[in-house]
Amino acid sequence: MLARLIRILGDFDLAEDALQDAWVAASTTWPTRGVPDNPAGWLVTTARRKAVDRLRSVAASERRQRAWGELSITWDIGDGSQPIPDDRLRLIFTCCHPALGLEAQVALTLRSLGGLSTGEVASAFLISEPALAQRVVRAKRKIRQAGIAYRVPSPGELPERLAAVLAVIYLIFNAGYLKSSGPELVDVDLCDEALRLCGVVIDLLPDEPEPLALAAMMWFQDARRAARVDADGVPVTLEEQDRSRWDGAGLATGLDLLERAHRAGPSGPYGLKASIAALHVAAPRSDLTDWGAIVRLYDRLLEWEPTAVVRLNRAVAVAMADSPAAGLALIEQPGLADELVGYHLYEATRADLLRRSGRLDEAAASYRRARAQTDNRAEHRFIDRRLRQLADPAPR
Amino acid sequence: MRYMLIIHNDPDLHPIPGSAEWDQLMADYGEFSKQLVEQGHTFTGDPLNDPSTATTVRVRDGETLTVDGPFAETKEWMSGYYIVDFDNLDQALRCAAMIPSAKFGSVEVRPVAEM
Repeated sequence: MLARLIRILGDFDLAEDALQDAWVAASTTWPTRGVPDNPAGWLVTTARRKAVDRLRSVAASERRQRAWGELSITWDIGDGSQPIPDDRLRLIFTCCHPALGLEAQVALTLRSLGGLSTGEVASAFLISEPALAQRVVRAKRKIRQAGIAYRVPSPGELPERLAAVLAVIYLIFNAGYLKSSGPELVDVDLCDEALRLCGVVIDLLPDEPEPLALAAMMWFQDARRAARVDADGVPVTLEEQDRSRWDGAGLATGLDLLERAHRAGPSGPYGLKASIAALHVAAPRSDLTDWGAIVRLYDRLLEWEPTAVVRLNRAVAVAMADSPAAGLALIEQPGLADELVGYHLYEATRADLLRRSGRLDEAAASYRRARAQTDNRAEHRFIDRRLRQLADPAPR
Repeated sequence: MRYMLIIHNDPDLHPIPGSAEWDQLMADYGEFSKQLVEQGHTFTGDPLNDPSTATTVRVRDGETLTVDGPFAETKEWMSGYYIVDFDNLDQALRCAAMIPSAKFGSVEVRPVAEM
């Protein structure tokens, strides 16, 4: 099993990291904070380990069985009719069926596969317990009434359906990641859950490259937790992070998983995103990053996800590989600009490239527009710092 | 379990009657129905005339209100339906994806409530 104990903290979205000097997208959904690292962090780690142990206990499996009682799904207690691994696979694909809304998929997955209680899931996503319970009830009703079958998708359906499962797992991971450091003792670590669930999928579908790639990505992200936020709680860009604070063991685990993914088969979107992350990870200093290779990976990613955000990220890579002007030319293309109107990371990215081009007044104007487009306090502080630097550039 | 596959047309994307694309669409529908028969599905289905031929009736407080036009004035309009017997939703969704109009419009898949 892949599942390992995960450390606390952190809040970066991997795709946004490639934006480099632009901005960490994950900050948009961060609860408003400002609390720096805490000596009680060690205690929190221990508490979370205990939580994982508890979840894996017999009590948890009994809760799962009760929760699915009305659908007559045997769970850990095999009745001999179905092998247990297949049962879990059926359950995962049923919980993540595209006919269910994404929020319902996440709630069902955590309730049924994670063995988490309604209260635990609700508090993890900052919604009320009755609201979450309603969501689960409605999802189960839809499964019943619309005839969603308890089955593993056929080979033709598998790529798309597996992508849906991985999207849910990654969403859970990021939700855990964004519940940043802090003195609160949280009962459940969603990052732990996500890695464990990914491990289940890897065990059950060992020949599939994408689950391995997703696991690699999550390990990379997790390994950078300690460096992502400075002492004042303000996010630090990938370029400016102290790489000595990255967890070497975590990075090595991620690289090993990525290696296994490459051996398992051709890369899909997660394989490409993990490979981009691996290139960042491989550079001992940010200025030693192989940006040309990253641009080429984004070219391939665009074939899978021809979205404005991926084009934006690619433009940043081009800016680093060629010149800020080249990157600006790409992001200022009318098509891209129109699609991303109101998306503050667009303005923040533009601001950063203008800054690197020496067009400081324009950069400041762009940063101010970006600031107005987000309510997140941590982001405001990041932007304010950039604005101060523009007004009074000091040697770095 | 029976499902209704409700076909919604997007006039901006739909082939124009009389064009080569239209002829191809009709041929595709013929092929689709044939496949349903070959796969042994019990089904009914019909195309509908366009919304300009529609009339909407409401009865409120004993009074009948008759209005020219469809229920909702939307860009996309209901252009036909199938009611097919399937084992589960995945089968219904696979079938819906094969309906020729799914390329231009959308197909809503809803289970028939069995009384």
